[in-house]
Amino acid sequence: MSVALENGRRQYDYWLTVYKRTWKGTLISSFLLPMLYLAAMGIGLGSFVDSKGTDALGGVSYLQFIAPGLLASTALQIAVGESTYPVLSGLKWQKFYHSMIATPLRPADVVYGQLTFIAFRVATTCVVFLGIIALFGGLHSPLGLLALPVVVLVGMAAAAPVVAFASGLENDSGLAMVFRFGVVPAFLFSGAFFPVSQLPNWIEWLAYLSPLWHGVQLSRDLSLGTLHPWLVLLNLAYLLAWFGIGTKLAIRGFTRKLIG
Amino acid sequence: MDEQRESLVHVRGLKKSYGDFEAVRGIDLDVWKGEAFGFLGPNGAGKSSTMRMIGAVSPTSGGTLRILGMDPAIEGPAIRARLGVCPQDDTLDTELSVRENLTIYGRYFGLSRAECRERADELLEFVALTEKAKVKVDELSGGMKRRLTIARSLVSKPDLLLLDEPTTGLDPQARHLLWDKLFRLKQAGVTLIITTHYMDEAEQLCDRLVVMDGGLIAAEGSPAELIRDYSTREVTELRFGPEVMMSDHDALAGKVSDLAQRIEVLPDRLLLYTDDGERAVAAVHERGLSPAAVLVRRSTLEDVFLRLTGRTLVD
Repeated sequence: MSVALENGRRQYDYWLTVYKRTWKGTLISSFLLPMLYLAAMGIGLGSFVDSKGTDALGGVSYLQFIAPGLLASTALQIAVGESTYPVLSGLKWQKFYHSMIATPLRPADVVYGQLTFIAFRVATTCVVFLGIIALFGGLHSPLGLLALPVVVLVGMAAAAPVVAFASGLENDSGLAMVFRFGVVPAFLFSGAFFPVSQLPNWIEWLAYLSPLWHGVQLSRDLSLGTLHPWLVLLNLAYLLAWFGIGTKLAIRGFTRKLIG
Repeated sequence: MDEQRESLVHVRGLKKSYGDFEAVRGIDLDVWKGEAFGFLGPNGAGKSSTMRMIGAVSPTSGGTLRILGMDPAIEGPAIRARLGVCPQDDTLDTELSVRENLTIYGRYFGLSRAECRERADELLEFVALTEKAKVKVDELSGGMKRRLTIARSLVSKPDLLLLDEPTTGLDPQARHLLWDKLFRLKQAGVTLIITTHYMDEAEQLCDRLVVMDGGLIAAEGSPAELIRDYSTREVTELRFGPEVMMSDHDALAGKVSDLAQRIEVLPDRLLLYTDDGERAVAAVHERGLSPAAVLVRRSTLEDVFLRLTGRTLVD
């Protein structure tokens, strides 16, 4: 444990440099899409929904209903983005992971460093996005700020298995699949825009499998103050399981690729 | 003598398999402190597999391997802390600046930021890249990238430097500059292990080398010993005109076979391996043969290499 921490500290300068180099470029792409959704769905569609009454949404405005979901979805998208091309670059294209393990660092240390960086990227983006949501009046209560650690966990629950998947790829053609069959359906059917109980039964159950649903559910319950303790535990445990198992698989994948 | 020498890399019966394929099939060697040791061999001979095992980033499949007195299976990080590695492909971070590639790498070894900055500036000076310090790696030429990779491998002041084909793909100017740097490192007491398939590189840099072929060691010794043991002092090359066919070469070879210790028949020329090339030329003329061109030269490692590993292309 202490070795992993020390080896994490040794990577700090690297990831800081990467962040300094990339934060401006990612600023627009990180915010533009969720902002558009917030404006179009939350305010545009929202005014229409609100005029019909929002009892089915728990009595809050549509904007307040989707804001936690949009935040969680943003966390997921950033996390997956940072877990795909950068990982292939480190393993295959630029091979900087290979140079890292020629030092005292171990493959597991490299995985921890990459995941920590992703968590940082998710957290910083979500802090700003949460601020914007609050400005738009999208926060039902200050408790909604607690959504931040939850959506970082959502990001990590997605990032760890995607890093593991990416480490097994020979080229980037598999990455499009992650977005097409993972991120987009999760985004649309994880209860961000409507309660999944509206869906046909079998899709509803698919939604429950997605870590994003658990994240949306949890951050919305926090924001609206509708927490059920056992459901909170279930949501957290499910997200942690994705993160934990994903991390294990990622370490295995990195070890295979880097130490042959 | 053996008692005084310290073996930095101790290898006995070392093997490496990838699935059913045996890349290294049982090799023995020692690399002594302070020497420059070379691995020669055609593609697929097992050089890079051996280098990766010595670099403590590839588990062995059999045999004994001790690096700096330690077992890589148990003490990999401790070994790697004292190694410098210049891999075959540049693994630089192309989006970072030249200097950042060095300072950040030093941090992986646990050096302080101040130490990293100091080392980076020394090393940039050493590999003549000071003026490029702030440039992104993307903008460097191939030779500059190679020099930067070597500088990076030195950032931790390693006891043992592993160079996997350090000058492949470089122009002659860049190669000579690199050789100069490596020679200076050796003089400074750094132990070098080099793989190459450039014979001139091996002759320039290596005190001792092994020729690998098919996962085994085919020969071991200093460049001079290998030439003495596996070739002759000189080689006489005879070229006949275009009217002389390959089939005639065999007949011609028969007429001069007693003039050399060994004769090699190539499509375009005959090679006479002999200790006195000029005398062989005179004798060829005395026998009424008139080759279109004659060249007498000293034997090189290339002759040894081709004799040991054959002339067949390996892909």
